[in-house]
Amino acid sequence: MTHRVVILGAGTGGTLTANRLRRRYSADEARITVVDQDDRHVYQPGLLFVPFGLAHPEDVVRPRGRQLRGGIEYRRRGVERVDIEANQVHLADGSALEYDVLVVATGAVLVPEETEGLTGPGWMERVFTFYSLEGAAALEGALARFDGGRIVVNVVDLPIKCPVAPLEFCFLADWYFTDRGIRDQVEIVYATPLDGAFTKPVSSRQLGEMLAEKGVELVTEFNTGEVDGEGGRLVAYDGRELPFDLAVVVPLHGGAPYVGRSPGLGDELNFVPADEHTLQAAAAPNVFVIGDAANVPASKAGSVTHFEGETLVANVGHFLAGEPLESRFDGHANCFIETGFHKALLIDFNYETEPLPGHYPGPVGLPLLKESRLNHLGKLLFQWFYWHSLLPGRDIPGIGAGMPRAGKTPATTTRGTEP
Amino acid sequence: MTIAPLGHDVELDAEGFFVHPEQWTEEMVPELARREGIDELTPAHWQVIRFMRAVYLNNGAGPTVRVLGKTSGVSIKQLYELFPKGPAKVAARIAGIPKPRGCI
Repeated sequence: MTHRVVILGAGTGGTLTANRLRRRYSADEARITVVDQDDRHVYQPGLLFVPFGLAHPEDVVRPRGRQLRGGIEYRRRGVERVDIEANQVHLADGSALEYDVLVVATGAVLVPEETEGLTGPGWMERVFTFYSLEGAAALEGALARFDGGRIVVNVVDLPIKCPVAPLEFCFLADWYFTDRGIRDQVEIVYATPLDGAFTKPVSSRQLGEMLAEKGVELVTEFNTGEVDGEGGRLVAYDGRELPFDLAVVVPLHGGAPYVGRSPGLGDELNFVPADEHTLQAAAAPNVFVIGDAANVPASKAGSVTHFEGETLVANVGHFLAGEPLESRFDGHANCFIETGFHKALLIDFNYETEPLPGHYPGPVGLPLLKESRLNHLGKLLFQWFYWHSLLPGRDIPGIGAGMPRAGKTPATTTRGTEP
Repeated sequence: MTIAPLGHDVELDAEGFFVHPEQWTEEMVPELARREGIDELTPAHWQVIRFMRAVYLNNGAGPTVRVLGKTSGVSIKQLYELFPKGPAKVAARIAGIPKPRGCI
């Protein structure tokens, strides 16, 4: 019997899952169909660099279909809804796909319209986001024209993709305006709903110090209720106001809209609840989730999606063979944080262990939680690995899916903090 | 840390969240609210507190403010009027549930 595997989404998670499964099963054993609504695969880590002219929009986009191995069927269609009871996906053109296993890999979408005023007057004029290709490209022009004043970088609420990116934006903005010789005329403010620069104590302290060193003002527990683009101010629910000349806002995120139209599949925000170790959806035993689409307590980051791939593909195999699943995914995330001036730091963590200082992946390796030129080179090189190794579903030598402990300095406390 | 005024050996963590949510009873709510600076509990306060508790017992984690605003029947603006110092944290403390889990 030929298994029918349907994968929704041809981004990082869907592509690497399809390629890994295609290598594992012959055409007789499994028919693999990937669905996505467009043919633009965006290398999302590249979006951070676009506003500063360090990457161009065309550099970070490639056709989705070409990242898929031969023998994978690619349907360029929107998804209307999933019928979990009937094991069917209804597509936007009215056709339906039947599946034995469904993999949800449709990521997160931006929902700026959920914040009062955000998409009102001033949107894409003095209020921007770099979380979309269009936004990042428009922001490049706005930064180039910016000759002084107050820039507020604001995260509306978590969860967001790549929670370190807004901090990186601050660091790169500091570098950018220093380079242009007008840093002293630019105020940079970072406003976050968290009670510190980041979520976990050791890295939050370290990143908070770095913001201070770079002259970025940190405003904490700021829960944006309204963006007044005309008046140039952010208003928090508790009444606090932050004036700005230019606002860089990371909008609220949600899961793909079809999840909300699929009874039983998603949560209130259209993310798909799943077992955090097996990646099997709570909705049904034959539905699995990978990447940003999942409601699991891991970062929404490409590295997480990459590390999930191994467990997910193994468990799809176990499910099809009628075997018990492996509870193997440990929440491993690994993020380069660009700090400007050709440097970056690296953090590595999982469900249990917060980002710690030391070295990665072992005692001899890249420095953790510490600025270095080597980490910046690592971040730049990673783009090549992304297209040529990660998406094809190959392992990166020396980089295992589980979080390594060797080389790390234990923390005195491991308690997390609230968003 | 314990709350002596209630006569219970309730254990709270350093930030005032219940270590053992099963130690919580509704009778503790007025005292817990008072400790958060809320002297008068309106029906809306109770609605939010009971909702937080129910979500926690069902999901094993308390809801965020955004989810509260979408599901509790109380808008985010109202939530901030009820719990000015931050609805998710304050209501979680009063509802005797752990700190909403940090998403990173």
